Amino acid sequence: MKKAKMANYRIKALTGAEAAAEAMRQIAPDVVPLYPITPQTQIVEVYSQFVADGLIDSELVRCESEHSVMSVAMGASAAGVRVMTATSSQGLAFMFEPVFIASALRLPIVMNLVNRSLAGPINIHCDHADGMSVRDSGWIQIYNETAQEAYEYTLMAVRIAEHPDVQLPVMVCQDGFITSHSLVNVNVYDDEQVKIFVGNYNPRDTLLNSEAPVSIGALDFYDYFFEHKKQNFDAMENAKRVISEIQEEFSKITGKRYGFIEKYHTDDAEHIVVAMSSACGILKGAIDELRKHGQKVGLLKIMLFRPFPEFEVAQVLKNARSVIVLERVSGNGAYGPLYNEISSALYHYPNKPKLVNYVFGLGGRNFGHKDALNIFAEFDKVDTDFLDQNNKLRYYGVRE
Amino acid sequence: MAQLKGYKDISIGARAEGGSTEQFNTGSWRAIRPNINLDKCIHCMLCFLYCPDNAVKIIKYSDKQGGNPEVIGIDLKHCKGCSICSSVCPVKCITMEKETDALKRDVKE
Repeated sequence: MKKAKMANYRIKALTGAEAAAEAMRQIAPDVVPLYPITPQTQIVEVYSQFVADGLIDSELVRCESEHSVMSVAMGASAAGVRVMTATSSQGLAFMFEPVFIASALRLPIVMNLVNRSLAGPINIHCDHADGMSVRDSGWIQIYNETAQEAYEYTLMAVRIAEHPDVQLPVMVCQDGFITSHSLVNVNVYDDEQVKIFVGNYNPRDTLLNSEAPVSIGALDFYDYFFEHKKQNFDAMENAKRVISEIQEEFSKITGKRYGFIEKYHTDDAEHIVVAMSSACGILKGAIDELRKHGQKVGLLKIMLFRPFPEFEVAQVLKNARSVIVLERVSGNGAYGPLYNEISSALYHYPNKPKLVNYVFGLGGRNFGHKDALNIFAEFDKVDTDFLDQNNKLRYYGVRE
Repeated sequence: MAQLKGYKDISIGARAEGGSTEQFNTGSWRAIRPNINLDKCIHCMLCFLYCPDNAVKIIKYSDKQGGNPEVIGIDLKHCKGCSICSSVCPVKCITMEKETDALKRDVKE
């Protein structure tokens, strides 16, 4: 790989939300429908400031609800322009209906989702209940650990969404408050380079092209509905190849390597924790400490949740002794969504690890270094009492 | 009915080509039908402008080589019988008739 050129980035102190807004500034989407909701508000607030300061030419549409936000986003996208927006929690819940339509109509909208628990009881802090509620909506979902990742994947998301073989909306997720409101150093890449990478949006067919008029959103019954859905499923499959290509292209700017997943000391690990988003940083710290004491522990970070990188995940986990799937969401009557994906990915392999589901951190319950160490200490229990059938769904950090 | 196409042969995201409604009889569920008395019609074009389905048939200005455009009837393949045309007509030359009665009359004629 080529080395990154000198000084193609500036280090800025940004929160996760500001980092996402910074990416939006560089992309300069034509239309941004917006509605504030904690903890996402900062994204549209900072972005509005950029527009007000005249840094970018972008049409802000201040909507009366999130349902309208997604509806405006769909209309603008169908008209043939680049559209971005952002939301959280109840906002996503409120736009639930048009979220599914956006993907079905193949509109490449990019939305930053700042993960927050779904009420009730009402709570503004982080868990993944909002994102997981639309996991089968046909949107590509990327869960980011840091502000840097959220920034970079927001840039990549535009290209992924607009690729002719994909044409699907993308959700770029980061953890509410933990990532979105923590100030960190973010490498912001050169505006010009990013502009060239992002390029222009050339839609295949648009509502405003009177030369080749189309109707978008027409009735589609039992004769063709299934066929159009199949196209969506195939586009999701294509997305894996396209994401790889775009990551490869983007790495020429950043000099970094990207993947659907991140492996942290998994090659020789007996015990692996699977997790997503900000908790991964904490777990890496714990792994560093435990490795010093000779414990063979590792972390598998899932970044791409839709489409799910089943094969890549199985390659990492199939030879481990035991695996804890650590989720900031509960399946509520079943295993968590990530656990289901992981166990499906491993089912066909002969030497499966012991696989246990831990639910943690609901409603923003803090997960610190000590908690990460405690999770790794749980592996002793997992190894000994695994055969007890009632013990595979556990809760970490809830008071008895 | 035409052979149904496979998923590889149809438009992405259920986009329909412009003008494809021409192929469908979308007025089949109409309950009341507009009848225009062309002798009374003053060709003001209000019905044409108000019709939500573009179902008022006219001769366009450009086709007439001069003179005003002319209303020539209703496109019953696409008219849904909303009776907006009848309401906006300033000379009340459009009357609504029960579709069942109209069909009986059509059969007789």
